[in-house]
Amino acid sequence: MITFRWAKKLNNMEVAQQSISEIAVQSAESPAKEISGSAALLEALIIEGVSTIFGYPGGAIMPIYDALYDYNEQLKHVLVRHEQGGIHAAQGYARTSGKVGVVFATSGPGATNLVTGLADAQIDSTPLVCITGQVFAHLLGTDAFQETDVINITTPVTKWNYQVTDATELPEVIAKAFYIARSGRPGPVLIDITKNAQIQKFKFKGYTPCNHIRSYRPKPIVRPQFIQQAAELINAAKKPFILFGQGVILGKAEKEFAAFVEKSGIPAAWTVLGAGAIPTSHPLNVGMLGMHGNYGPNVLTNSCDVLIAIGMRFDDRVTGRLDKYAKQAKVIHLDIDPAEIDKNVKTTVPVWGDCKETLPLLTAAIEEKTHPEWLQLFNDYTRQEIEQVIEPELNPTTDEMTMGEVIKQLNEITKGEAIIVTDVGQHQMVACRYAQFNNTRSNVTSGGLGTMGFALPAAIGAKFGTPEKDVVAIIGDGGFQMTLQELGTVMQENTNIKIIILNNRFLGMVRQWQELFNERRYSFVEMKSPDFVQLAAAYGIAGKSISDRKDLPSTLEEMLAHKGAYLLEVIVTRENNVFPMVPQGCSVSEIRLK
Amino acid sequence: MEHQEGKQEFNITVYTENQVGLLNRIAIIFTRRKINIDSLNTSPSEVGSVHRFNIVINETEDVVRKLCRQIEKQVEVLKVYYHTNEDVIWQELALYKLSTDVIAEKVSVERLLRENGARTVAIRKDYTVFETTGHREETDNLLSILQPFGLIEFVRSARVAIIKDSEGFNAKLREFERLEPGEEVIENEFLNEGDQVFTM
Repeated sequence: MITFRWAKKLNNMEVAQQSISEIAVQSAESPAKEISGSAALLEALIIEGVSTIFGYPGGAIMPIYDALYDYNEQLKHVLVRHEQGGIHAAQGYARTSGKVGVVFATSGPGATNLVTGLADAQIDSTPLVCITGQVFAHLLGTDAFQETDVINITTPVTKWNYQVTDATELPEVIAKAFYIARSGRPGPVLIDITKNAQIQKFKFKGYTPCNHIRSYRPKPIVRPQFIQQAAELINAAKKPFILFGQGVILGKAEKEFAAFVEKSGIPAAWTVLGAGAIPTSHPLNVGMLGMHGNYGPNVLTNSCDVLIAIGMRFDDRVTGRLDKYAKQAKVIHLDIDPAEIDKNVKTTVPVWGDCKETLPLLTAAIEEKTHPEWLQLFNDYTRQEIEQVIEPELNPTTDEMTMGEVIKQLNEITKGEAIIVTDVGQHQMVACRYAQFNNTRSNVTSGGLGTMGFALPAAIGAKFGTPEKDVVAIIGDGGFQMTLQELGTVMQENTNIKIIILNNRFLGMVRQWQELFNERRYSFVEMKSPDFVQLAAAYGIAGKSISDRKDLPSTLEEMLAHKGAYLLEVIVTRENNVFPMVPQGCSVSEIRLK
Repeated sequence: MEHQEGKQEFNITVYTENQVGLLNRIAIIFTRRKINIDSLNTSPSEVGSVHRFNIVINETEDVVRKLCRQIEKQVEVLKVYYHTNEDVIWQELALYKLSTDVIAEKVSVERLLRENGARTVAIRKDYTVFETTGHREETDNLLSILQPFGLIEFVRSARVAIIKDSEGFNAKLREFERLEPGEEVIENEFLNEGDQVFTM
């Protein structure tokens, strides 16, 4: 037999060993015992360090739920009100805790209800393991009751998925699932388990976490020559500019990143998901990128000479028109996923690898510098932006409140220490722009997929992930009504989350576009809402609705001091627009201030 | 890049584990970009347990490179290469079914078959099946030749391609490795260890 010469080689031993040491491996002496597939699954979850499961039972997953009855003390199960709520909660949990989120759902509709959350987790690289029940193996393909082909439905939106039809496969498959979900560029994994495999008894020989799969390379090997080339470009640069994304957070490389930024003295701007990787107040943090990002970072993208992209993927909402994006610049791209290199923006130097490893190498190879004149340009643009956009948003003279002043007031009370969970739309952009983030993993939002209805369930999960922190969900009136059933989960679990509904009685972002680009033809964007405070009260949740500016500070204080969940509705001005804005099809330097 | 200006045929070779559902995972990488797969063949490779996909598409090199990276990202994919037609030796197989009477009556048919290198696979009282292998033009050519003689059935296989082990290929490999860093060309000690390796 000929040796296969070009296959991927194992290069993730360090990670593997590290992750094993983090996990209490079950003692090897324990004799093989006869247990069901369901019990084996739960044993595996415990060894993987899972403590919280978000789920919803149903016919095809009943054996697992039956087994769970005996594991009540080791595994906390949160009963959600809809599977989509379950998976968003697991996402919130994973994003704040840095652990793998776990979801249980039944077959058929239970499984299909996960699809939105899977797509969201896939595009935002959130580590999840979803367990779905499936009909008996002998019924597969027969249109049995609550049968769907969940493997094929979820293939495009999972990092990996697998159907288990025999319980003896389970320990290996679960080990693989956790390894794949959390290693490399993280992502969601779905394991579909047929009912017979859940019931089937087999000799459980213990559980060993997986540390390598021969065909899977979680991260590329660091190439010293690229580090060297990148350092040379950076050292020679007159106007270098750093763009950073969630990769810094996922790679747990915040310290390494700060060291790089501080030694190089290069201004750094963040993508929506990168927010918080370094504090908002950091002197070299020049703001947010993209369609509703800050003025300077967008305009100066087209003036810099070296663009250093770290753990970000040049989403179209960041780049605007690609053929007019940073054409003058040499591009250095640090990414763990080789498929991201050159996908949208042509790279001059590709720095492959985990930024936890590459950033220290790069920091060591660069000269200590400052760029005062270049940084001053950012400050000049900031001054213009403050004058024309930020000041009227944060300190308005209008009668009605703006979204921005609510965020500003919230900053003053939380001092940037709270976890801010946002939904999708105008309030999301305003919150990301103006919220203060002192800590990493304190910004939870649906970035890539833009899933309305994400925030309420994600906030529940975020609170389970970081119980010691204040969790504030900021949601629009539209998005809130997409998953408001999860107030039931808040009620049942006594989850101490704070919900702020910024109510402008419109689907604000679509309305903004209709105003700017469709001659104010407001097509189906006016929204009537129920009495949110009464709705909260029906769930036993405290609440208040305010529309007067003078009530804002005291009500926010009251909300945060309240023991338990609290819903605050703030009536804000109806037709405010989020600016600056890079209109679709325009270059980032054509960003509009009004 | 060099080939940006136009589309051309590319042969994509994918080395994979043999697992249910992988075909779909690979196929949707093309279909999500609305790219038609011209030919797809799956077969064993020179390494036991490692499977090989041969995929032919008509695209620009830039797109093909992105597709290959996204394919290689899949957990069960070991390695992906792409090559132009010049970089591979490729063949397709075609079967033709004709009435045995026609062949017996018309001497010219026999001659045409011989000229086109067709081999007889089966002779029955009522029909005869011929086979040719070659490039698309060759099998197409015989198809059009046989049409006037009452061709009963025609079928052509997917393309199979062997990468030319030439300097060109090695350069390609190095380029691919530079852009998409795998290991240097080294032995993979895990692939021949069988059960000792964590596989499913």
